[in-house]
Amino acid sequence: MTQVIDRSGFVQDTWSGTLLPFEAFWTGQDIPETGVGVIFEADSDPFDLQPWFERLEIVVIPFGSSADGRGFSLARQLRQLGFTGRIRARGHLLVDQFRAALRVGIDELEISDEHAARMTEDQWTSVPLPQTSYQKMLNAA
Amino acid sequence: MYSYSNFDADFVRSRVEEFKGQVARRLDGSLTEDEFKPLRLMNGLYLQLHAYMLRVAIPYGTLNGAQMHQLAYIADTWDKGYGHFTTRQNIQFNWPKLQDVPAILDALADVSMHAIQTSGNCIRNVTADHFAGAAADEIEDPRPTAELIRQWSTDHPEFAYLPRKFKVAVTGAPHDRAVTKAHDIGLRMVRNDAGEPGYEVVIGGGLGRTPMVGKVVRDFLPRADLLAYLEAILQVYNLSGRRDNKYKARIKILVHETGLEELKAKIEAVFARNQTLLEPVDAGIVARIAADFAEPTWVRKPVVDLPTDVGFRAWFDTNTAAHKNPDYAIVTVSTKAIGATPGDVTSAQMRVLADLGEQYSHDELRISHEQNVILPHVHKSDLPAVYASLKAAGLGTSNIGLISDIIACPGMDYCALATARSIPVAQEISNAFEDLAVQHDIGELKIKISGCINACGHHHVGHIGILGLDKAGVESYQITLGGDGTETTTIGERAGPGFAYDEIVPAVERLVEAYLGLREDETETFLAAYRRVGMAPFKSALYPEVVANAA
Ligand code: SF4
Repeated sequence: MTQVIDRSGFVQDTWSGTLLPFEAFWTGQDIPETGVGVIFEADSDPFDLQPWFERLEIVVIPFGSSADGRGFSLARQLRQLGFTGRIRARGHLLVDQFRAALRVGIDELEISDEHAARMTEDQWTSVPLPQTSYQKMLNAA
Repeated sequence: MYSYSNFDADFVRSRVEEFKGQVARRLDGSLTEDEFKPLRLMNGLYLQLHAYMLRVAIPYGTLNGAQMHQLAYIADTWDKGYGHFTTRQNIQFNWPKLQDVPAILDALADVSMHAIQTSGNCIRNVTADHFAGAAADEIEDPRPTAELIRQWSTDHPEFAYLPRKFKVAVTGAPHDRAVTKAHDIGLRMVRNDAGEPGYEVVIGGGLGRTPMVGKVVRDFLPRADLLAYLEAILQVYNLSGRRDNKYKARIKILVHETGLEELKAKIEAVFARNQTLLEPVDAGIVARIAADFAEPTWVRKPVVDLPTDVGFRAWFDTNTAAHKNPDYAIVTVSTKAIGATPGDVTSAQMRVLADLGEQYSHDELRISHEQNVILPHVHKSDLPAVYASLKAAGLGTSNIGLISDIIACPGMDYCALATARSIPVAQEISNAFEDLAVQHDIGELKIKISGCINACGHHHVGHIGILGLDKAGVESYQITLGGDGTETTTIGERAGPGFAYDEIVPAVERLVEAYLGLREDETETFLAAYRRVGMAPFKSALYPEVVANAA
């Protein structure tokens, strides 16, 4: 099982709907009208997803390993391109990456229970989330 | 010099606190060593052969007297009384204990310094021309640009987990002293035909196991577009750089495998979008940075006649360079006394340097990628006093640019990745050519030594490059010739089979002898001679037996 984490700490997974791989959208397979999300692999191009932004409630970005930072660029690009729905990072993310994740526009993380057992809720809630950053001050991010 | 804003100060402090927590979590087991590793690396802490090593950033190589004093204090309090200046304009402490590291970071923060992003797969400490703001040939001081990049790249949420490390260098002078073409991004400040300031952008340079000279991706980038363009390069690299093989993960491989034109098109596309999405960089911050790097108020006093004794003259000719103010000189202090470890400076020497910087150099010092220390603004009348102090501290060696001004990485003496020793080779070459008069006769000759294929000693761009390898448990030294790290960057050519540890110094001696025999006159440097005659005569000098056998 998995644990969902957002700014407030460990939370119930409130999203229920149909999660489809990106190919399903691309090939135009029967897509439900509502309650639909996409699993957006790290090697995909956010531009390709833009036509479906309106219909997507959630984009789930898998993180294969904590050292693979592609998901940070994907999330930021999705936001830059105007996606306003929920973005979830799923996989091996560390407490110490939480701040960066939130800053690029990721709303929540989903980690394995085994990880959640080692990285307890208090560690996540004690991550400092400063109001500003170099990039904000420079208008560069 | 740049002075920390409140934000800078708070940021650095909060990172120290964060690291304290990370150390604690490592100790109580909530972080595994694998998970802790990238976190400590982002704070400059390596695990070396014998101990932890802390790498402290000296942004674009600039520091003031108080900062140098603090480095001396750290060396005395938590290390063995010395530090090592690196080819990345950083300083490394080789013997800190893990539990002391937070205290060291606090001490650094006290003088506006830190060890953030000196390691790990992130954008590293930005480097720049060590003569910035002083050189006579400079178009513009590159440090305001470097500082802007420091701020932009620090704790950038998108680029902390890149495929591999990422290095940016900036130069504001046509004569490239910052090896910009051997960096992931090299920026050269230029003017366009209309006289507007901007940058030539080079990407994909790098040494290491696949040395490559960077390629121009943009001839002219208007100054205001800099950060948007850097974002575009980094975004493309973060998403497309290889992650399956760490030896193929640098951007140079992406450039090589994708092709410059295709990659350029991708970068330009992201850049075009960024331009519409990103607000212009805050003008207030840019202005504040520029003001911090305003020229010092030059002292106006007559230039006295300089001493004519041989010792001073040799030092003046070799270790000073032309300053943009003709009453001033740039002093390069050699850390390479005969037989010394290149880049190692004791705490006592650091204090002498700090005092000299404060008293005679408008409170500024620089660290060069050649592992020397620069006093950038010394009034010519003060040169005799400066020379006397340096000499008394063992820092007066007149060998800048000469055969004993060797770059050497830490190698087997410290580095966990090393395949051979490099410091002792440097020391022995230095000893073999201990007579400074002989060195002056040989003239400009850059020897660079790396203790493994990672090339931290820049051997590829040494006039004579030496690479130490491990051949079935025995050290074997490869020689490359003709490398060049300036605006005419060239990767040296491999001369032939390697030499054993006890053969490498005689091999270098034979090379030098061959050069002295074939140069046209004293003005033809080793590199110029090599370019004229090619590898063959040097090869016969290196491998006389082969020539004899073939005859
Ligand atoms: S070149 Fe190799 S041995 Fe030398 S410092 Fe770099 S990694 Fe270590």
